[in-house]
Amino acid sequence: MTVLKADILIEGPAASGDALVLGAPISFWGGVDPFTGDIIDARHPDRGQNISGKVLALPGTIGSSSASAVLLELVRTHRAPAAIILHEPDAILLLGLIVAREMGWATPIALKLDRETQKGLAGKLKVGADGAIVV
Amino acid sequence: MTILTENERAVAAGTDGTAMAMRIVAESARLLGAPRLIPVQSAHIDGALYHGDAGTLFAEELVRLGAKATIRATLNVGALDLMGCSKSRLTGATRDMAKRLMLAYEAMGCEKSWTCAPYQAGHRPALGTDVAWGESNAVAFCNSVLGARTNRYGDYLDIACAITGRAPDCGLHRPANRLATVIFDVSALPAQLFTSDWIWPVLGTLYGREIGSSIGVVIGVSGPASEDKLKAFGAAAASSGGVGLFHITEVTPEAPDVNTATGGLPTQHIVVTPAMVRTAQSGLSTIQGAASIDAVAIGSPHLSLEELESVCQLLASRPARVPIYACTGRHVVREADRTGLRKTLERLNVIVVADTCVVVTPILPAIDGILMTNSGKFAHYAPGNTGYGVVYGSMADCIESAVAGRPVITDAVLTP
Repeated sequence: MTVLKADILIEGPAASGDALVLGAPISFWGGVDPFTGDIIDARHPDRGQNISGKVLALPGTIGSSSASAVLLELVRTHRAPAAIILHEPDAILLLGLIVAREMGWATPIALKLDRETQKGLAGKLKVGADGAIVV
Repeated sequence: MTILTENERAVAAGTDGTAMAMRIVAESARLLGAPRLIPVQSAHIDGALYHGDAGTLFAEELVRLGAKATIRATLNVGALDLMGCSKSRLTGATRDMAKRLMLAYEAMGCEKSWTCAPYQAGHRPALGTDVAWGESNAVAFCNSVLGARTNRYGDYLDIACAITGRAPDCGLHRPANRLATVIFDVSALPAQLFTSDWIWPVLGTLYGREIGSSIGVVIGVSGPASEDKLKAFGAAAASSGGVGLFHITEVTPEAPDVNTATGGLPTQHIVVTPAMVRTAQSGLSTIQGAASIDAVAIGSPHLSLEELESVCQLLASRPARVPIYACTGRHVVREADRTGLRKTLERLNVIVVADTCVVVTPILPAIDGILMTNSGKFAHYAPGNTGYGVVYGSMADCIESAVAGRPVITDAVLTP
């Protein structure tokens, strides 16, 4: 058992779920279906996977100004990831969580962990509200 | 760490809509690493385009909590043509939520401009002022051609800035971040090329692809560049490369010369060859050698009155065999109604689309069709958003092709 300590970007409750470490950066707008959580970008290596309930690790994000809208819709319908781990903060994507919290919707925790360390994430993971990731 | 003023902290601690907006701006500033917030003079809001019910519920919550825009705020396109010029195929609950979203933004005191070219509808912030604009082409035009300062403000942050009159102090708000680090040299291209309209979206696409989110300065452009040409260049660059600011020497206000644009700092130099232009040009089409087309779509960004008038001149009273979807804002529609231009165009099979456009909402017939366009932005997004294949050509070729019902390409010749 290894415990990794990640920085907290957006606070949220402890969570657990299967790791989904994406093989390439993704644009949420056009890349993730806001109504199902499926990865729909035809050119993405993880196309066909579903991000709902996963501990989702993102090696990078491609900024679309509507990425926040996709994440907000997923949070509203309880189809968001259980936790989101980013290589670096993406203010546009995380705005979806900031707005969800203002709306009083249950928002997942968002953490910062570099993309090299992300590659070691696999299987069932536990994420603490303090940013500890139990691998 | 973002330090708020005492007044900003007091606002954020409240329970009304302004408090919610201030917390959203402050949290974004923290994630962006901005040391403080700065006042902004105006906003252009992209958040009123429907992407799901959550956006509608958020806007209606702000309305319920009494939030109002406190600075000038124009609205980008919505999903519906509220002027009734064209018909969207959205139905039922989706249509209702899309309409409620648009009405919520109007209720917050935003101007019913409903255009992606607000800078041609009278919203022109002064050189050097800080603003909070959304919509990638509007951001590029605002920064580059007007010389006002904005980052790209996406959904939700745009309206939060309009309500608070504040934005995070970072990125393109800071003069040092507006200097060019790349020279995009087009002086090797034939001079007469710059007088044609079709070259600008092609160059913009190439520029975006080569330079991405860095800041570049274009040198070697011959002759005057109209605002419509700069609009087309910026929109193409923003869609192919996320460009938020470009400079063109002797054209844009922060680039009287190369040294001013770069601040005298070292730069990378890209020499654009005719071969690069040819590749970029053919890359805008997804279909080669099509025997027919199903529609022509123009107006991304929204057509100016001059561009709409040119459609009428190019048609020269001949009806189009396939429909021409001409997307524009109500500022142009009002003028076109007053002069009878819209009626004339509609008789010739032109469908004027107001308040929205054919790539963000389903207006085109649901067929596996081929679309011809003169817009680099439509060429980029139409295949994914509409399912149509795309043929790219100049405005004149688009209109000739609509009359013929098949691609007629005469302007896109660039011999080696």
